[in-house]
Amino acid sequence: MASSENLLTIRNLHTGFRIKDTYYNAVDDVSINLNKNEILAIVGESGCGKSTLATSILGLHVANNTKVTGEILYKDLNLAGLPEDKFNSIRGNDIGMIFQDPLSALNPLMRIGEQISESLVYHTKFTKEQRVERVLELLNQVGIPNPERVANQFPHQLSGGMRQRVIIAIAIACKPAIIVADEPTTALDVTIQAQILDLLKELQAETKSGIILITHDLGVVAEVADRVAVMYAGQIIEEAPVEELFNNPKHPYTRSLLNSIPQMNSENEKLQVIKGLVPSLKNLPRQGCRFSSRIPWIAADAHEENPVLHEVAPGHLVRCTCWKHFDFEGAEGGQLR
Amino acid sequence: MSFMQIKDLCVHYPIRGGFFNRVVDHVYAVDGVNMEFEKGKTYGLVGESGSGKSTTGKAIIGLEKITSGSIIYEGENVTNQRRERTSAYNRDIQMIFQDSHSSMNPRKRIKDIIAEPIRNFLKLSDQEENRRINELLAIVGMPEDAKYKYPHEFSGGQKQRIGIARAVACNPKMIIADEPVSALDLSVQAQVLNFMKDIQQEYGLSYLFISHDLGVVKHMCDHISIMYKGRFVETGRREDVYKNPQHIYTQRLLSAIPNIEPSTRIARKAERQGVEAIYQTEQHKYYDENGKVYALKQLSSTHSVAMSTQDKGGN
Amino acid sequence: MWKTVLRRFLVMIPQLFVLSLLIFIMAKFMPGDPFTGLITPETDPNVIEELKIKAGLYDPWYVQYYNWITNAFQGDFGDSYTFKVSVSSLIGERAMNTFWLSLLSVILLYAIAIPLGILAGRYQDSLLDKGIVLYSFISYAIPTFVLSLIFLFMFGYHIPIFPTSGTVDVSHDPGTWGYFWSKVYHMLLPAITYALLATTGVIQYLRSEIIDSKSMDYVKTARSKGLPISKVYTKHIFRNSLLPIAAFFGFTITGLLGGSVFIETIFGYPGMGQLFISSIASRDYSVITTLVMLFGFLTLLGSLLSDIIMSIVDPRIRIE
Repeated sequence: MASSENLLTIRNLHTGFRIKDTYYNAVDDVSINLNKNEILAIVGESGCGKSTLATSILGLHVANNTKVTGEILYKDLNLAGLPEDKFNSIRGNDIGMIFQDPLSALNPLMRIGEQISESLVYHTKFTKEQRVERVLELLNQVGIPNPERVANQFPHQLSGGMRQRVIIAIAIACKPAIIVADEPTTALDVTIQAQILDLLKELQAETKSGIILITHDLGVVAEVADRVAVMYAGQIIEEAPVEELFNNPKHPYTRSLLNSIPQMNSENEKLQVIKGLVPSLKNLPRQGCRFSSRIPWIAADAHEENPVLHEVAPGHLVRCTCWKHFDFEGAEGGQLR
Repeated sequence: MSFMQIKDLCVHYPIRGGFFNRVVDHVYAVDGVNMEFEKGKTYGLVGESGSGKSTTGKAIIGLEKITSGSIIYEGENVTNQRRERTSAYNRDIQMIFQDSHSSMNPRKRIKDIIAEPIRNFLKLSDQEENRRINELLAIVGMPEDAKYKYPHEFSGGQKQRIGIARAVACNPKMIIADEPVSALDLSVQAQVLNFMKDIQQEYGLSYLFISHDLGVVKHMCDHISIMYKGRFVETGRREDVYKNPQHIYTQRLLSAIPNIEPSTRIARKAERQGVEAIYQTEQHKYYDENGKVYALKQLSSTHSVAMSTQDKGGN
Repeated sequence: MWKTVLRRFLVMIPQLFVLSLLIFIMAKFMPGDPFTGLITPETDPNVIEELKIKAGLYDPWYVQYYNWITNAFQGDFGDSYTFKVSVSSLIGERAMNTFWLSLLSVILLYAIAIPLGILAGRYQDSLLDKGIVLYSFISYAIPTFVLSLIFLFMFGYHIPIFPTSGTVDVSHDPGTWGYFWSKVYHMLLPAITYALLATTGVIQYLRSEIIDSKSMDYVKTARSKGLPISKVYTKHIFRNSLLPIAAFFGFTITGLLGGSVFIETIFGYPGMGQLFISSIASRDYSVITTLVMLFGFLTLLGSLLSDIIMSIVDPRIRIE
């Protein structure tokens, strides 16, 4: 299991986007750490800030309308606000990224081999022959048959699953300590998804790297993650080791999410779900418990004034105190807003 | 007794090529599909991308031209008759789409969007129409003032509900739902699924539920067909397909679905690898030499599977 | 691929046939005839009549069309009524002039527009970008003849640094460097004028392509590899953005031919465009019809050229 050797520490991270002249924080005071040899899943629905968190870690935002404050500590560096040129020696080298859509994430005009070897050009002193060798080795490693041929092909000539393998090869080319995977299997069919998840697990076991897995799919989380953080409205509302989270969820939102998955044995029953949506960026409640408006039948004094994360079991953190008073009884009868 | 039968439905697209752009081959998008629909039941159509499941749905409702085969609706052959705009078939079979947003004219108010089928099929006075729209909005759990708004003012889940309101406007017998919740977030998806079940119970609707998500399909459907390359590999009641899957493709799909039980991870991976090993070694049992799926063989009164005749059934 | 090219050429035959028929009919509808210009008060109407009969102007239209098209197939487009030489030799000489002018215009066009488009796209919303966009709108708004006349007046008469008509200085012998330079020198002002006017499309297109490309996922991938931003631009964004520009090359040539009608006339440059205008003025049917046919053919050729270029530069498109 996960060793406690710390790879990345995020403290009080805020990422704000400018709309007109105001910055709205899509990631609002997130603190979490990633250990070596661990898959940390960040789960949430669209608009919760999970993808913004991923792009903040790699500093991929457009500088002039984004503000990243707080700390993203890697080795001795704070990545939040690191200048571009210094960041470039980290990106691809120490932190690799895997994207959601394997077709659009590859340059359509460039051969596969060239796209993989690009990061080797900037991060290693390899000769051209060594790079070619490494590319073939990588393609082999991610389970692509006939690497010599594939290296000379263009992205459109490969299937979706193969393209995602290429993306993974790009991410691991320089043996990064950290891999950020943003919805790596969302665009794929289930059978391919299973293959890609197995591949990620195998690679991780081999390289002992830390993976931050961003996803909306709790099934994927249950399948591969070691630790899970659930995000809602820019904040982490619950964090726990994976079995603890699935067997003993505490926060009403986490419970609602888990109940809304159509289960193999829940046929014909109604799915228990808290009605409503993740509030949009401009309408995020900035004060009090951000989930309180979704569960109006819970008394106001059940919430904390400034909800913080409480440790309820070893490694299991829950925001606010409202979970103690929550049940699904009151959830009936509302309208979808 | 079924009210509608699909018989040997085929949708083939020509591939053109050569010097004179002649038809050189066909894409067999749908290749010999048989179905029967009963009142108040939900039929699942499952497959991966490119399996032909959406094309099947579109062919049934008349959005794709049927190459051969027939659709019998209440004893009448309605194949390729979508052009007759006011026929009973067109009124009784409706469709909801994955991307409800692009299925709505952005310049029309919700009122006009919902009223479209009413105006086509029911000759109602303005007052009656208005009453019906209010009724429909109430059914889908939306406030009355929603009818004066435009599609972009609603969230994905709300738009999907408006799409459903439009589909049920003329009291249809069946709704073809093409990936109705795939674009929605988990909790919104659950809300829409609950709602679809509610109105089904209330109005005795039948659904043809097309999806790639086996969890959702299992939750919703009484009868499930698994599709691969335009053909059914397995079809049966939910229990038949999920508890006793016979075709290797069904087994692969089922073993690939992530389970939200982390403790079963290792066992499930072993199972997945086991199925994959069988898939690699026993291809001939399930696919003919051209990789085509065999014809369906009946295993029980409800359960059929496409397997080679030499080796029927049996694990 | 060559099969497809050949097929496209074969498809051109019916297209050109329909075009020729249209041209022929429209030419017949034009008021006046080639002899109208010859009529003076002293002319004997009977002589004119005789000439008309001899020229076949009273034959049924399909006979006239048949005669014209069969001759055209043999490379004989008839004689020009006004210039008294064969149309093919008349056009042949002018076509080369137009060809060289077009070539220089295209080179100048891309030399100006591509850097500007790239700069505007890369430094989107900067002062530089706003300046370039403003320029491109101005050049879009100015009609061809206005800018041509301004340039002609400014650099031809006011500050006479450019010649105002002709293609070459007669004092040079053909084949010498002086002769070559004199040719380029004569083409320069009309070519610059044309290039400046045509830049808008290329600049705007390239700019928006670059802005679109910037937010593409593969650009994020490239950045996540740790590529310096300048390399992300040169290796990923520019290549993808220049693709449609390259593909548009064929159509640009077609556009040039249309533009040449004005430019050549105003700058007194004896090319096909100028010939076209003068032959319309003198009702020189055989020249007009041949020129329109030629323009039509070149347009079809341009679009074919675009498709071929596209299939070469974009690996996703393969013509079989």
